Amino acid sequence: MDELDRAIINELQGGFPVCDQPFAEVAVRLHTTEQEIISRIGLLLKGGTLSRFGPMYHAERMGGSLSLAAMKIPNSDFGRVTEIVNAMPEVAHNYARDHALSMWFVLATETPREHAAALERIELKTGYPVYDMPKIKEYFIGLRFAA
Amino acid sequence: MTAEASLDEIDRRIVLATQSGLPLESQPYHAVARQVGIAAEEVMVRMRRMLESGVIRRIGVVPNHYALGYKANGMTVWDVPDDRVDELGEKVGALDFVSHCYCRPRHLPDWPYNFFAMVHGHDRGEVEELVRRITGLIGDADRGHEILYSTRILKKTGLRIGG
Repeated sequence: MDELDRAIINELQGGFPVCDQPFAEVAVRLHTTEQEIISRIGLLLKGGTLSRFGPMYHAERMGGSLSLAAMKIPNSDFGRVTEIVNAMPEVAHNYARDHALSMWFVLATETPREHAAALERIELKTGYPVYDMPKIKEYFIGLRFAA
Repeated sequence: MTAEASLDEIDRRIVLATQSGLPLESQPYHAVARQVGIAAEEVMVRMRRMLESGVIRRIGVVPNHYALGYKANGMTVWDVPDDRVDELGEKVGALDFVSHCYCRPRHLPDWPYNFFAMVHGHDRGEVEELVRRITGLIGDADRGHEILYSTRILKKTGLRIGG
């Protein structure tokens, strides 16, 4: 990563313009060319330094349901349960964590009813209870990472 | 609860066309417009409106924080009195090293925590140092807390709505 890569990561975690030629506008800000910005973002995505480029949508404001849930899965059964949970399209993220509640996933569905149905299906297929932890209130989201 | 903005069919088509990313070309909104079958100006007007209403949180790059060296990701969970959680949420959420901050339901008896703050550091030592700063802020409202480190990403696809 060179200085321009860092500048792209540090300056573009929000505020990408909505206009006819947004990359050209960003290029002026970062003292480079439109083509350079486009190809750098492509390379950073390809190399895995960036996981996405584009609009970040707010699921609940689109009428969707987004919820964190956790399960207590013993080590011996972790692989089987991971396969079941990951195979569900409603599961957006899934993390292993070092705790008795060892599997933490985010369910994204378009309606609360689909959310309840997905939880039920996970419990049925895995045989473990799900601790549903929908947010009651959001105080902040959106850290900027310095590169 | 957050307010729900009303999206019409065209908005939904724009969401579908852009939720996995914007095209990497000189005029990305024109490319989206061609895909959706409307004028580029209308795509831009609608996307600006969605930014304003909060349907779009922001437009830009999302770094993979592991790749940037933030290898210790601690989900800190706290048991704080219900009547103080909002006040503490505002304070802790304002810390520049906290990426997500929520009030969530307890599951008694085995899950007493009602307050969550994600803390990212280059290593666990850094996370623990940052957690001490949260502890200082929360003071006597801290009736117990834990740090749950992620040990593996099992799946990460981002959010999707169906077509």
